[in-house]
Amino acid sequence: MTAQLSSGTAACPGCIAAPAEPARPVPEDVQIALSLPGIHCSACIANVERALNAHPGVEDARVNLTLKRAMVKAAAETRAADLIPVLERAGYEAHELDPGALSATQSDKAGRDLLMRLAVAGFASMNVMLLSVSVWSGATDATRDLFHWISAAIALPAIAFSAQPFFANAWSALRVKRLNMDVPIVLAILLALMTSLWETALSGEHAYFDAALTLTFFLLAGRYLDYRTRAAARSAAEELTALEVPRAIRLVDEAEEEVSVASLAVGDLIIVRPGGRMPVDGEIVSGKSELDRSLLTGETLPVFAEAGLAVSAGEVNLTGPLTIRTTAVGEDTSLHRMADLVAIAESGRSRYTSLADKAAKLYAPGVHILSALSFLGWYIYSGDIRTALNIAAAVLIITCPCALGLAVPAVTTAASGRLFRKGMLIKHSTALERLAEVDTIVFDKTGTLTSGTPELTNLEDHSRADLEIVLALAEASSHPLSVSLAKSARNAGIKPARLEDVVEVPGYGTEGTYRGQRVRLGRAAWTGAPKGDQTAAWLAVTDQSPVAFFFSDSLRPGAAEAVQAFRDGGKSVVLISGDTRGAVQTLADKLGIETWIAEALPQDKATHVQELSDQGRHVLMVGDGLNDTAALAAAHVSISPASALDAARAASDIVLLGNDLSPIADACDTAVKATKRIRENFRIATVYNIIAVPLAVAGFATPLIAALAMSTSSITVSLNALRLR
Amino acid sequence: MEVLAYLIPISLFLGGVGLVAFIYTVRSNQYDDPEGDARRILSDEWDDKPKS
Repeated sequence: MTAQLSSGTAACPGCIAAPAEPARPVPEDVQIALSLPGIHCSACIANVERALNAHPGVEDARVNLTLKRAMVKAAAETRAADLIPVLERAGYEAHELDPGALSATQSDKAGRDLLMRLAVAGFASMNVMLLSVSVWSGATDATRDLFHWISAAIALPAIAFSAQPFFANAWSALRVKRLNMDVPIVLAILLALMTSLWETALSGEHAYFDAALTLTFFLLAGRYLDYRTRAAARSAAEELTALEVPRAIRLVDEAEEEVSVASLAVGDLIIVRPGGRMPVDGEIVSGKSELDRSLLTGETLPVFAEAGLAVSAGEVNLTGPLTIRTTAVGEDTSLHRMADLVAIAESGRSRYTSLADKAAKLYAPGVHILSALSFLGWYIYSGDIRTALNIAAAVLIITCPCALGLAVPAVTTAASGRLFRKGMLIKHSTALERLAEVDTIVFDKTGTLTSGTPELTNLEDHSRADLEIVLALAEASSHPLSVSLAKSARNAGIKPARLEDVVEVPGYGTEGTYRGQRVRLGRAAWTGAPKGDQTAAWLAVTDQSPVAFFFSDSLRPGAAEAVQAFRDGGKSVVLISGDTRGAVQTLADKLGIETWIAEALPQDKATHVQELSDQGRHVLMVGDGLNDTAALAAAHVSISPASALDAARAASDIVLLGNDLSPIADACDTAVKATKRIRENFRIATVYNIIAVPLAVAGFATPLIAALAMSTSSITVSLNALRLR
Repeated sequence: MEVLAYLIPISLFLGGVGLVAFIYTVRSNQYDDPEGDARRILSDEWDDKPKS
């Protein structure tokens, strides 16, 4: 009964299958999000939706092919676990997503806002341009004045609405007494509007309403591109997070119930099944098993676990079910404490000034001084404030950083798109620029260079009879070592021996009877073998001394190629791991890495990265575990694989989606090329300015020249960026 | 030149219709799944009414 009562307090109503109590109101529909990585065509959409809609309880299912996701509206008792087999029967791979982690992508307010402003600026600039073309082609007197007034009526409200992001940015920079790219932009827009209004009132010849609007339009286009690139990376990163649905099995009065991790309290008993990850810190109350701590410490050797042992969130239970009493939840877990280390180390990227900011630092004061000087010069020369102000406005508009505003986003969009197709997500806006500077690469071992699955190394050392017994014992267990052992033996053509009474002893190994003799496969101590520092499983047959089966972690695909590519590129490669000396040295020798450090604590990793940075190196850190998180944050730029822990992914700039490591070397090349293009774009923009500025200062600039210079430079810059694809 | 009195308001009105239509499509989430919508048009098992 208590189980049912407390289930009412669960945070997520879809997580519990308990029938609704009469006192409760009619249960509301739940939203279930499913990730469907395999869908790609219209038939897939129809099949998935048909299969889901046919399931009782599903009210409505809608597939989003762009995001490869399905959103299902269903009755309260429907669970994602019921829907996944339905889709699997229909032939589609499906994973549950945590709707809480996805919420940010669904209401994409900022993007929509920017798009709306872009649309208004586009509409207004087209209309004003139409009127301006008539003026340029010869409209005079009253007609010209009428056109100018109509242009003003369109331009003023349109700019007041669409240029708001620039006004806000410029204001926030000025308030802390700094200059950014938006200050000259806003000044150019405002000055253009002011002088144009004044000219129109005096029925003058030149009005720059079209220039102010196209400027806004092009700059907004740059902003929107920039935003889209990052939004795509963010939504993919969110999906990775949402794939780990935070659930735990709580034990209340001997009854199991599934609850969300957020609702666990200190003192709760929870059950962690083999293959499950510890959701909280705690102490084992009952059960025997082995724990894989590699994500926290980098050790590959599983740790023996029994009642009384303290466990931390993030460890993986390997063999037997464990009952755990919670000692710390949420913010207090060691997982979160590790995140504090990150906060301290978070300086690698805040120290970096982006190329755009560097350009703005040179550019903004230059433009202001130039414009002020031409105002002064003309005022002294002609004594007419109207002429002087017109020329100052023309200088500002012609030098407007239109092309500069597009120079960086156009290139990063093209480069990120290219890397995304290769399976890399660029999360941080300056990640590419920083990646281009890298000269030292620090790798983590377990889970990064290696795939975390053990591989048998000494199969040929054993007799066929032993292998037959081992195969029979190994197939009775789902322990990673047993699985790998069984696979190698089967591949070598071994047939299992006939054993009797085979049982798995959680935490120790498997045992059975072979021709009346007791045979055991398992931990060293249990089989009576000496303890070593290599990953090994031992086979003991009663009257013989135990024999060892050694394992090494298998290399991740592309690891050797990536290391080789970096070495060929003249970069230094360092391996830092929390694992034992033997294991680290073997791997370093295999890959030809000369500098390696073993048995490193999380803090050692961060300190070492810091030391390298202090020597003036630009460090790229590649790591996946919790023990790498601080180092990832301290490095100049960081990459983590998709299999990494959430905290590690959050701390890194780039996430590698596939299993293959080789795109990392490509990414460095692409980054170098992208930075080259950005610099080229700055040069192109400068060349246009060098041609157009003397005209403006000399007073020959007309709105037509301004429009031509602005459009051609923006288009050249965008085309140059597209060459990167 | 009297023709301008008609043509300018008409051109502004038509442009405005386009802008309003665009704002409507953004507001009603029509750009959420461009790829899926491009393919749904090929499927013939869709009627006009959503399943309720």
